[in-house]
Amino acid sequence: MTANAPTVTAEVKTRATPEERRATAIGVILVLLGAFVFWIFGLGVESGARSNFNLSLPGERFENLRWEVSSQWLAFIVAATLAFLGGFVLRRSQVKRTNLALAIGLSLFVLAFLTWAAADGSFSLVGMLRSSVLLSVPVTLGALSGLMCERVAVINIAIEGQLLTAAFVGTIMGSAWGIWAGLIGAMLTGALLGAVLAVLAIRYRIDQIIAGVVINIFALGLTSFLARRVLSEAQELNSPGRFPSIKIPVLGDIPVVGSLLFNHNMFVYVTFLLVIALHFGLFYTRWGLRSRSVGEHPKAADTVGIDVYRIRYRNVIYGGLIAGFGGAFLTLAQVSRFEENLTAGIGFIGLAAMIFGRWMPLGALGAGLVFGFARALQQKLGILGTPIPSEFLSMTPYIVTIIVVAGVVGRARPPAADGQPYIKD
Amino acid sequence: MTDGVAPPGNERPEGEPGWYSRVTGVGSSIRQATVIPALALVSALIIGAFIIAVTDVDTIRIWGDDPGEAFRLTFSGIADAYKALFVGSFGSIRAITETLYAATPLIFAGLAVAVGFQAGLFNIGANGQMHIGGMAALWVGFSISVPAFVHIPVALMAAIVAGAIWGGIAGLLKARTGAHEVITTIMLNFIALYLVDYWLKSSVFQQPGRNDPISQPAAESAQFPTLIGNYRLNIGFLLALAAVWFVWWLMYRSTVGYEFRAVGANPSGGKYAGMSVAWIYVSVMAVSGGLGGLAGANQILGLEPYRGLSNFAGTIGFDAIALALLGRSHPIGVLLAGLLFGALRSGGREMQGAAGIPIDLVLVVQALIIVFIAAPALVRAIYRIKAPDQDGGTTVSTGWGT
Amino acid sequence: MRLELKGITKQFPGVLANDDVHLSVGEGEIVALLGENGAGKTTLMNILYGLYTPTSGEVLIDDEPLELHSPSDAIAAGIGMVHQHFMLVPVFTVAENVILGDEPAKRAGWLDKQRARKTVRDISSRYKLDVDPDAVIEDLPVGIQQRVEIIKVLEREARFVVFDEPTSVLTPTEVEGFFNIVNGLKNDGKGIIFISHKLGEALEIADRIVIMRRGRTVAEVLPADVDEEKLAELMVGRPVDLRVHKEEATPGDVVLSVEHLVVLDDRHQRAVDGLSLEVRAGEIVGIAGVQGNGQTELVESLTGMRPSLGGIVRLNGEDITTNSPRSIHKRNVAHVPEDRQKSGLVLSFTVTENIVLDSYYEAPVSRGILMNWSAAEERALRLVEEYDVRTPSVDVAVSTLSGGNQQKVIVAREFDRDVALVIASQPTRGIDVGSIEYIHSRIVEERDNNAAVLIVSSELDEITALSDRILVMYDGKIAGEFDPSASTTEIGLAMLGSQGEAGAM
Repeated sequence: MTANAPTVTAEVKTRATPEERRATAIGVILVLLGAFVFWIFGLGVESGARSNFNLSLPGERFENLRWEVSSQWLAFIVAATLAFLGGFVLRRSQVKRTNLALAIGLSLFVLAFLTWAAADGSFSLVGMLRSSVLLSVPVTLGALSGLMCERVAVINIAIEGQLLTAAFVGTIMGSAWGIWAGLIGAMLTGALLGAVLAVLAIRYRIDQIIAGVVINIFALGLTSFLARRVLSEAQELNSPGRFPSIKIPVLGDIPVVGSLLFNHNMFVYVTFLLVIALHFGLFYTRWGLRSRSVGEHPKAADTVGIDVYRIRYRNVIYGGLIAGFGGAFLTLAQVSRFEENLTAGIGFIGLAAMIFGRWMPLGALGAGLVFGFARALQQKLGILGTPIPSEFLSMTPYIVTIIVVAGVVGRARPPAADGQPYIKD
Repeated sequence: MTDGVAPPGNERPEGEPGWYSRVTGVGSSIRQATVIPALALVSALIIGAFIIAVTDVDTIRIWGDDPGEAFRLTFSGIADAYKALFVGSFGSIRAITETLYAATPLIFAGLAVAVGFQAGLFNIGANGQMHIGGMAALWVGFSISVPAFVHIPVALMAAIVAGAIWGGIAGLLKARTGAHEVITTIMLNFIALYLVDYWLKSSVFQQPGRNDPISQPAAESAQFPTLIGNYRLNIGFLLALAAVWFVWWLMYRSTVGYEFRAVGANPSGGKYAGMSVAWIYVSVMAVSGGLGGLAGANQILGLEPYRGLSNFAGTIGFDAIALALLGRSHPIGVLLAGLLFGALRSGGREMQGAAGIPIDLVLVVQALIIVFIAAPALVRAIYRIKAPDQDGGTTVSTGWGT
Repeated sequence: MRLELKGITKQFPGVLANDDVHLSVGEGEIVALLGENGAGKTTLMNILYGLYTPTSGEVLIDDEPLELHSPSDAIAAGIGMVHQHFMLVPVFTVAENVILGDEPAKRAGWLDKQRARKTVRDISSRYKLDVDPDAVIEDLPVGIQQRVEIIKVLEREARFVVFDEPTSVLTPTEVEGFFNIVNGLKNDGKGIIFISHKLGEALEIADRIVIMRRGRTVAEVLPADVDEEKLAELMVGRPVDLRVHKEEATPGDVVLSVEHLVVLDDRHQRAVDGLSLEVRAGEIVGIAGVQGNGQTELVESLTGMRPSLGGIVRLNGEDITTNSPRSIHKRNVAHVPEDRQKSGLVLSFTVTENIVLDSYYEAPVSRGILMNWSAAEERALRLVEEYDVRTPSVDVAVSTLSGGNQQKVIVAREFDRDVALVIASQPTRGIDVGSIEYIHSRIVEERDNNAAVLIVSSELDEITALSDRILVMYDGKIAGEFDPSASTTEIGLAMLGSQGEAGAM
C-alpha cells in the first residue's frame, strides 16, 4: 500500500501558463520584427546597395580586413530567419528555447539594422565592438559591485554615488600624485562609501534603498560643490592623465579578436579577471558558500556559527572597492577630466545589468557588454547621421534598462533575503 | 514636528512604529520629532562648515606661512557664509518671501515623493515628472490665449495629467512586470531629460530665431500672479498649501488613501482585502506624478523667464526625497520640511552670491540631515525593539523581485 | 556527561520569557520539554544555542559553566539543534548545507566537495537516513529535509541534540520513522531534548518530561506516572477538555464544488493538479496533508487570490472560478488565511483599521470616497467586545496584540455577517490553548448556523477533532476520504500518497 496508486488522469483542459503566454508574445514579436526588417531594411534600400563593414582598425598589423554584403539580401535573409524563429517559438512545445530564440532574433535584428544604416557606405564594425568593450567596463564593474552586496542580501543602490565620488577623488589624487595614487584613492573612496552604506543598512537598519539614495544625493552634492569650489580654482587638479593601453604580445595581433580584447588599458583586463575570480570565488570557495548562504537564509548561516554581520560588512566594502575601481576607470582611462555628474546614471545601469545578469558574475559581464554595445551603437549612429534625432539615440541605454528590469528578457530569482536587514535578537 | 497636527482618530498611537519609523527606525515621540531634526540640522551645518573650511583653496595655500591669518580667514569665511545663509532666508521681508517662493516647488515635489512612500512606493522620478508636467504646462501656456483665470487652471491640469501619465508608466511597469520603481523612475528621469532637450529644439517649442534649446515664453495670462508688491512670491505657494491639504485629505480621509496605505504597509494584506494591488500601484504613481507635474508647472509658470530650459527641474526632484523623509511623509511634515529646505535654498543663493560658496553645499547639508536623523534615533530604536521578527515589512523594499 | 540549564531568566522589553528555568539532560537520555505556544520553550532553547544571552542563570556541562555567545560556542560545546523552521538554504544541495560553517577546504579556501559528499553518505548510511548528498533542498519533501538537519548536527559531532517541535511537519508514519532515528541517537549515547506540545508523543518517547508554563518550569514527571489529561492540565494550568464539542452534522445542499482544479505555485509548477471536492452546508470538511502538497495554492485559488489554470469552482451553483477576492468575499465567503501576519492583517494598522479591511468601501464605514471613521470605530468596539479580543483599545496597532488575539481580530471580521462558506487555513497555528478553544467553538457555531466549512490544517489532531469529513491532500490531489473516526495510521498512509481504504474519490 505504499506505492503510488495509479491516479486517473483524465487530461484536464487548462488555460495557458505564464510561460506559454510569454512564449506566444515573443513569437509574435519575432514575426513582427521579421516583417519590419523585410519592409524597412529590405525594401527600403536600393537593390544594388552594398554595406561595407571594416574588420580592422587603422595601423593594425592586418589592415584593411573588410566584409562586404548586399544590404538588401542580408535583410531578406534576416527577415526569413526571424519569421522562422517566431514560428518555432509559437509552437507551444518550444517554451524552453524561447530565450535563446529571442537572443538570436534580437542579434540578427541589430545586424540587419547596421547593414541598413551602413547601406552604400562603410562602417567600422570592429571599432564599434571595441568601444562596446570599453563602455561595458564601468557597467560591468557597477554590476559586480551590486552583486557583491546583493549576494549577501544588502541592496546597493549607491553604486552611482560610489562611482561618482571615486571618479572625483581619482581625478584630484591622480592629478596631484599620479595615476596610481588616483587609482588607490578612488578605490578607497568607494570602499569608504561602501562602509557607510554597510553601517547605515546593517547596524542602523535604515531601509537599504533610502540609505543608498541618501548616499547618492550626498555624493552628487559633494562632488558638484567641490568641482565648482576647488577644481575651478585649481585647474591643475583636474588633469590626471590616463592609464595607457597595453597590447598583449601575439594575442593582440590576431585579426578582429586582437583589437577587441587584447589591446586595452589595464582596467579592461582586470575587469575580465575579476569576473572570472568572482565566479570561482562565489561557487567554489568557502567564502562564496558562506556569502551566498548569508544572502539566501541568514538565520541558517547564523545557526551554524557564521557571523552574518561580519560577512555583510566585508562584502559590502569589497563591493565599494569594485565600484571605486569603476569610478577610477571613468576619469583615469575613459576621459581624463572630472565633470559634474559625469556618471549620468551608469551606476543604475550597472544595477540593471546585475539583474539582467541574474546575480552571476559572468551574467554581469554579458549584460555589461550588451549595455556597452547599446551605447557604442548610439555613438556610432550619431556619426553615421541616421534620421533618428540624437536625443533619442541618447535615451537608448535607459530604455534598454527599463526593458531589462521589466523582465521582458526573462527573470531570475534574486537572493532570497535580498534587502532584508538581519535582526539577531 | 508633526505631532499635534495628526489627523484625529487615525494617527498611530504613541510609541507605535508608523511608516517612517519602520523605514528609518525613528520613534515618534514629540521630543524625537522636534529635537532630533533640530540636532540633525545643527550637525549637518557643522559638517558643512568643515567642508567650507577644507575647500577654501586660497586660504589653504597660506596655512604654512601664516597659520594665524589662515585660521582667521577660515573662520571669517564660514561666518560670512552662514551669515549670508541666514540673511538670505530670514533676514528681511524680501528674504522671507524668497524662502516661501523657493519652498513652493519643493513642497509639491516633496508631496509627490511622500504619497509614494505612504503607499510603499519609492518615487525617485519626481525629476522626470516635473520635466514632463512642466513642458505640458508650458505648451498650454503659449499655445492658447484665454484670460488668466482660465489659462492657469488649464495649464495646471495639463501638467497634472502629463506628470500623472509619466509617473503612471512606472506604476504600470511595476504592476504588470514587477520592475522595481526605483530603477524605472530613475531611467524615466533620464529619458524625460532628453525628451525635453528634443522638444526645446523642435519647432513647436523653440523660441524662433534661436538655435540653442530654449522655448518661447508662456503667455502672460498663464504666468502666476505675484502676491505682495514686487516680490517674487506668487500664487504657486497658495497652490502648494492647497496641495498639502489635498494630500492630507486623500491619505487620511478617503477610501482611496486607506487603500494606498494598506497596500503600502502590506501588499498581500491589501490583495487579501480585495484591493487591486496593480491598480493601486498605477494610481499611486499617477497621483505622485501629478504632484510632480505641478512642481514642474511651477518651475515654468512661476519662475522667470517663464520659458523651458534644459534640465529646468534641477535637483528639486532629489531634494524632494530628503524632504519627504524629513517630513515623515506626512503632508504637514512635508510642508514644514519644505519651508526649511526653501530657507536653505534661498539662503544658499545669497551664500553663493555674497560669500562665493557654491549652492551645491545645500544638497550636501540636506543629505547629512537625513543621515543624522536616522542614525542617533536608530540606536535608541534598537534598544526598544520588541519582536525580533516583525512582519518582514520593516523595509519598503525587499529586493527587485516578483 | 550532563547538560544543565540552571536558573535561566530572560527578560525582553515588557515580557518575561523565561523565569528561573531549570532543565538537565544526561547521556543516552530523552527529556521532553512540554509547553503551550508562548510558554518560553523556544526562548530557552535559543539561549542554550547561544542565540540569546540570558538575563541571569547559566548553562553547564558536567558542572562547568559554558560561555555561549553565539551558535559556534554551542556547537563547540557539543550542542546541536534541529530547529522547528529548518535552517537550510533552499537553493543549496544537501552536501553544501551540511558542510556550511564547517567546510572541508583545500588551499585558499577552495571547497572540497568530494569530501563533503562522502561525509553525508557516511552519516546517512550509519544512521540509515537515506539522503542523497547532491539533491537540492527545495526539491526535497520536509521529512527528508529534517534528516538533513539531523545530519548537520551529527556532522558537528554533537553530544546533546535539541529537537524543536520536530513532528509538526511529519505524517504519523513518518513520526514512527523519526522516533526510530531518535532512539538510535539515544542508543549512541546522545542526550536529547525533545520540545513539543503534543502530549502523546512526549509520553511515547521521553524518559522524563519537564513542563513549562508562562516562562517557568512547573513540573517534572516520569511518563509512567501521568496520562494525557494530567499533562494537559499541568501545561495549561487548568483542567482542559481536549475534545471539540459538537453535535452530529446535518449536511444540506452543496455549497462549494470544485472540479478538476489546476493551480500553479510561484515556481510555476502544478501545485494543485486536477483536484475535485465538495463541501455541503452544515458540515465541516477538513483537509489533512503534509505541508507543501498544494493546500496553500488550493485555498488561495478558492478565495480568488491566485488564478487557476483549469477546472471549475462553483459556489451555490454559480461559477466563481475567475472571480476576484472581493467578489467572492461579497458572496459571503469568510476566509481565515494561512499566515495572519502576511495577508490577514496590516500589522502597522490599528485594530479599527484592520476590522474594516473587508468593508471599508461600503456603507456605513464609508460614504462614497469618504471614510467614516466613527462608524468604523463603532464596528471595531462592538466586535472586540463580542469576540473577546484582548486589547487596551481599538486604536493600538494590531502588531502589539498576541497571536491569539490577532487571530480573533481576523475571525471577528470574517464571521461578522451571514456566512455561507468558511475557508480557514491553519486557523489555530501558533496560538494559545484558550484562543484555540474559542476559535474552534466559533467555527462549529458557524457550521451549526448552516455554513459550509472547509478547514485546512497540517495538525492532524485539529482536523480529526473538528471535521465531519476528512480529505487527505497529497501531491495536489485528494488522496483519500475518511470518517473522523478513522485511525491515524490509515490517514497517515494516505498523507504519504497511498490510497486510503475508505478512499472513495
